[in-house]
Amino acid sequence: MTLVSAWVLIITLFSLLYFIASKGIAPFLHGEVTLADFFSGNWGPSLSAEQGGPQYGALDFILGSLMVALGSAVISGPLGIGAALFMTEIAPKAGRKILQPAVEILVGIPSVVYGFIGLTLIVPALRSIFGEVGFGLLAGIIVLSVMILPTIISISADAIHSVPQGIREGSYALGATRWQTISGLVIRVAQPGLLTAVVLGIARAFGEALAVQMVIGNTADLPFHLLKPMSTLTSVITLNMGNTVQGSTYNNVLWSMALILLLMTLILILAIRFIARRREV
Amino acid sequence: MSQKVRVRCFQLYYGTNHALKNIDLDLAENQVTALIGPSGCGKSTFLRSINRMNDMIKGVRTTGTIHIDGQNIYGEKVYLVELRKKVGMVFQQPHPFPLSIYDNVAYGPRLHGIRDKKRLDEIVERTLTEANLWDEVKDRLHRSALGMSGGQQQRLVLARVLAVQPEVILMDEPASALDPISTERLEELIMRLKDQYTIIIVTHNMQQAARVSDTAVFFLNGEIVESGPTDQIFTNPSDPRTEDYISGRFG
Repeated sequence: MTLVSAWVLIITLFSLLYFIASKGIAPFLHGEVTLADFFSGNWGPSLSAEQGGPQYGALDFILGSLMVALGSAVISGPLGIGAALFMTEIAPKAGRKILQPAVEILVGIPSVVYGFIGLTLIVPALRSIFGEVGFGLLAGIIVLSVMILPTIISISADAIHSVPQGIREGSYALGATRWQTISGLVIRVAQPGLLTAVVLGIARAFGEALAVQMVIGNTADLPFHLLKPMSTLTSVITLNMGNTVQGSTYNNVLWSMALILLLMTLILILAIRFIARRREV
Repeated sequence: MSQKVRVRCFQLYYGTNHALKNIDLDLAENQVTALIGPSGCGKSTFLRSINRMNDMIKGVRTTGTIHIDGQNIYGEKVYLVELRKKVGMVFQQPHPFPLSIYDNVAYGPRLHGIRDKKRLDEIVERTLTEANLWDEVKDRLHRSALGMSGGQQQRLVLARVLAVQPEVILMDEPASALDPISTERLEELIMRLKDQYTIIIVTHNMQQAARVSDTAVFFLNGEIVESGPTDQIFTNPSDPRTEDYISGRFG
């Protein structure tokens, strides 16, 4: 029985990979789009031939995805690891009774709710503070930070929890304070686990579509301004997949973007494997 | 011989469990004292009371006093960092830090503010030599300490303790995880170190207690049954329970 489910899982995974890859590679094989076109910043799928179109450059979206994912990791990484340290090292009782359930509830909230909160609270707040439209990179980063926080907290807490008690005792017995023990030893020992937590957070942020799409504005612009609208791979795919004709170049280019997403995620997962392997040495 | 540690009416409770009852004990400087007794008799708990490691356990309450060099470590204005610098501890399991051998030894001195590379080098060499480990590891000081054998790890942990220049060293069954040869080396080391340090060792191994200690203290059910010079305790104990334990009739 378990063998069957294992095979079902493996077959599903590989057919998925094959399906996305075959569709994603199609536009390049037929010569409709060159790789250089695809990795350029010129996006104009509905431009007519006279206007130089259609153009299928996805660079803005690839960078957009990277920027929101990294940006949210920059905020959530320190916050999440700090919260994990608090709930394991400093106040284990409060951690178990209050933080742990809070984290679990955060995980269970559907992403559309996060997006809705971003849309009704964060975007207007940014608009009134900075005077821009409010939709954009910063709003996306803030919403995603909250969404990946529970992932980072729970994996970090596990990593910190698995640091042997004897190491802490050895440190205290040498006259270390709690802070010296945490900063000099516990964090160092737990480091591979903490890195894994942050990378998984990035992977999650990278793949998140709905909530991000609701708050980033969805324009084809380079994501280098915190307050300007932009797009990510996921938001472009979700917005356009239903509106394009199956088998058309436009539709296939969206598959290419999905392939890029998949490859990025695979790379992140491999990075986690690598980190975990180094830990065993 | 001057007195180093003086314990008076010391009681310890884990919640409602009265784990140490009315301990009175005097320990002389530059001697090895062995704490013996069956498992659960309170000897490790008592050992951990001398550097207040029990403070970290929830629900522990103590009364009475332990004076080290005339200062009550359970009194007011005791700075735990200073106490633990003065009273080092070697645990049953070595648990080296997952750092290099050098950084393991330098960890304590660095905690206490020594940053100068030359002085750290000096401390590392001196303490590793003192712990009989220098010749074995001098060529791989910057490799991970986790690659060492159990016996080497235990000596490394000892060097780590020596590096903060304690006056008293507490050892909680330091040889229980070691093979006979490593154990022998550790025992030789303990006997040599007593010229400079006051050593208190918990052991389940009666031969070991007889070999290394000057004074032996027999614990039973949280009380001291008998204490005195090791020879006397082992050859001519005054309490029948001591005799029963030492001759292996229980425990």
